[in-house]
Formats: sequence, C-alpha cells, structure tokens
Amino acid sequence: MGEPMIQLIDLYKSFGDNRVLQGVNLTIERGETMVIIGGSGSGKSVILKHIIGLMKPDRGKVIVVGQDLSTLRERALDELRKKFGMLFQYAALFDSLMVWENVGFSLRQQTHLNDREIKQAAIEKLSMVGLRGVEDRMPADLSGGMKKRVGLARAIAMEPEILLYDEPTTGLDPIMADAINELILEMKRRLQVTGAAITHDMTSAYKIADRIAMLYQGKIQAVGTPDEIKNSSNPIVHQFVTGSSIGPIKTV
Amino acid sequence: MKWLELLGVRTTKFIEEVGQVFLLFLQTIKWSLRPPLGFRNILKQMEEVGVRSIPVVLITAVSTGMVLALQSHTGFKRFNAESLVGTVVALSMTRELGPVLTALIVAGRAGAAMAAELGTMRVTEQIDALSTMAANPIKYLIVPRLLAGMLMLPILTIFSDAIGIAGGYFVAVQVLNVNPVVYLRRTTDFLEYDDIYGGLLKAFVFGIIIATVSCYKGFNTEGGAEGVGKATTGAVVLSSMLILISDYFLTAILF
Repeated sequence: MGEPMIQLIDLYKSFGDNRVLQGVNLTIERGETMVIIGGSGSGKSVILKHIIGLMKPDRGKVIVVGQDLSTLRERALDELRKKFGMLFQYAALFDSLMVWENVGFSLRQQTHLNDREIKQAAIEKLSMVGLRGVEDRMPADLSGGMKKRVGLARAIAMEPEILLYDEPTTGLDPIMADAINELILEMKRRLQVTGAAITHDMTSAYKIADRIAMLYQGKIQAVGTPDEIKNSSNPIVHQFVTGSSIGPIKTV
Repeated sequence: MKWLELLGVRTTKFIEEVGQVFLLFLQTIKWSLRPPLGFRNILKQMEEVGVRSIPVVLITAVSTGMVLALQSHTGFKRFNAESLVGTVVALSMTRELGPVLTALIVAGRAGAAMAAELGTMRVTEQIDALSTMAANPIKYLIVPRLLAGMLMLPILTIFSDAIGIAGGYFVAVQVLNVNPVVYLRRTTDFLEYDDIYGGLLKAFVFGIIIATVSCYKGFNTEGGAEGVGKATTGAVVLSSMLILISDYFLTAILF
C-alpha cells in the first residue's frame, strides 16, 4: 500500500478550557475513504481543519503525503493544499460569484485559462455532479442539495488527490443525502481520490466508508470496517451506531 | 475600585486590539507587494468605497460648508469682518472637516459593509474555503479593500473640500450678501497648498484605518448572525475612534 496519505500523530488541541482533541492517532491510507463519526461538538470538524492546515495543533503532528504540516511555510502549505478539495458543511460557496465562477475559482487563480475556457471546465465539472444549466445562477438561488453539489464540483475542479467532506449529508432530505453519497462513491471510482469525511449520519457512513473511526472525548475510540463498527462490542461505539441515549456516552 | 479595574481591562483590550489591527496592516502591505494584484477586485472595491459614497459625502460637505458660513458670519459680523467667512470656510474644510467628516461617513457606510461582508464570509466558512483553495484570504480579500480605502478617501476629500467651499460661498454671497469678489479673494489669499495637502494626507491615513479596522473586525467574527452584527458595530466604533484620535496627532504633526 506504500506510505499512508494522511497521518495524525498524538494530536492535541484546546480552545480555552475546552480540551477538544486529547491525543488523536489516525492513519488514512492512499485510496481509501475514512469516515470519522462522533457526536456534535466532539471535535470532528477540528480534525478535518487540522488535516488541511486551517488549524494548527497544540501538540502532535499532521503528516500529509510524507510532509509535516507544522514545518511548512505559507507557500509550501499552499502548494500542498492544491492536492486537496474540500466540501464544506454548508458548501461555503462565494455568494458574490456566479456558480461557474465558484467552480472555476481555483482555475482562475492558478491557471492561465481565459474566462471562456474556465466556464467550459466548470460546466463539465457541474455535469459530473449531475447539475446542468445552473452555471449562470447565483449561489443564493440554489437549494441546499444543489449548493452541496456545486461545492463538490468546486472541490474536484483541480483534480485533487484528497477530498475532505464536512458533514456531506447533514441538512438534506434522505433522498438527496443518498444522491450525495452516490456522488462521493463515484468520485472515488472515477478520480481514485483518498477521502476523509466526518458525519454523524450512520447510513451515510456505512455507505461511503472503507473504514470508520469513532471519535469520543478527544480520542479515537475504535477504527474498523463498516461491518466491524456495526458489530463492535465497544460500548461507546455500540451506543453511537445504534443511536441510543442510554449508555456510556453522556448526553448532557 | 471595581470601576477602576474595569477601566484598566477596557484600556488594555483597546490597546491590544489596536496592536492586532496594526499587525494585520503590516501583513496586508506585505501581501500587496506580491504580484499578481487582482485588478478586477480592486476596481470593484474602489466603486464600493468611493463611487457609491459620493452622494452622501457631497450632501454632508455642502451642508457643512453652508452651516459654517452661516455660523461664522454671525461671529464676524460683530466686528465687521464678514469677508473673513471665506477664509474660515476654506481652512476648516480643507484642513479638518473635509477629511474627518468624509472619513466618518465612509466608516459608517463602506466600513460597516466591509465588516458585515467579511464577517458573513467568516461564519459561513467562505474564508476557510479560500484558504483550502490555496488563495490567501488577506491577499484576496483585504488587499483590494485597503488599496481602495487608501486611494478613494483622498479623492472623496477633494470633492468634499470643493463642494463645502462652494456651499459656503453660496450662503455668504446669495443669502448673507457678502461681496463675492472680496469673499473669493479672502478664500484664495489665505488658503495655501499645504492646507489642502495636509488634509489629503489625513484622508489617506483615515482610509487605511477604515479598511484595516473593518477587515480586522470582519475576519475575527465569531458566532453567527449576532457575531456579524457585533463585528459591524465594532468596526464603525473602532474606526471612528481611531480616526478622531489620529486626527489630533496628525494635526499636531502636520501643521
């Protein structure tokens, strides 16, 4: 399998008195989709933000394709980020730009393509996520599901090696959620990307994951294939995946 | 002694914030020296800060000039020096009121808009999205706003000076019946280029303050819609305070 794509080594992060990550260790292999599950406020998003260098750990290391993020200077970090595409929870489309300008944003910043070529490329990416004829609309005119699709089209615009998904199905109806899951699987098949997703939607996790990691109290409690997680005897994992309010995980 | 403690905490916080704003300014300057500059964005911001502020700046300037003429005329009339109204209006507008009022209005209009826009981008993760696409948010968002502020404030101030002086002339000559020839001579005789340049230099500094403070507040927004509201108010309050404080020192140094 070669060297792992992403390694999190003994990651610590606090916000004031709130100790969110307390020694997270996780390895994501090339080509697999890792889904990190955990309750709201458990620090899943914080992990994702560490992987792409939006946050710096208090202690520990984030290693992406062999490079330690904390040792990288701004430009080297930007260079590394070109390997990434990220789908944000609420898509985070630039609302002052049209849909095609959003999708083609990186192309405009990093290539010398002209507007016509960028728009052509954007339309092609939009069709990959099943959208047609929306390129001239503004993000505010799109539904939640469409925004996520546009966000995904933007994430794959530069043909990244790693795709990060921040709660890809949250806030969508079950059918739209499944459509997004299908898209995530298709991205993996067609682009051979490594994926890291965070979610608390177990249906989505079982469907898209090669492996699932459970985050609780600042640590990864268990890692395994969807089947292993589903049948886990770990009481914390068992409580979470069965969605029970009774068990070791406190709800208050 | 509770209030003394509170005063201390507030003061420390204020100074700390001004320091942060200054650091952001230095970083923005650093990024503005790295090509390429996005001219499309700079022009858009110049329109936002400058062109769209023209009407309200002009209305303020004309009313200030007119009131200034009216008020100073009352005073000067008491020792028969009505013609000096022209001098007072011209000096007050160019050295002081033109740049300061323009800056306060732009802070309330364009500064608030900057803080609200960037604040919304922060809470909806658009600024994070920029970073993940290897586009530096300072370069992409703050540099154009800073350049627009630096350029447009002096230009708006020129308009403001001219319209204020014209307003004063109108009131003095048409309403108060001051001799127009004497009025104009009194205006031009005592007005020096340094008065105008000094005022424009002030406007330049105010432009920097408005853009940097508003972007700082926007960038550091947290907590949803409420946070955006706070950032907007904070931007207007902090830039207005810094404009007024720096105005005193600039006046002391420049003139």
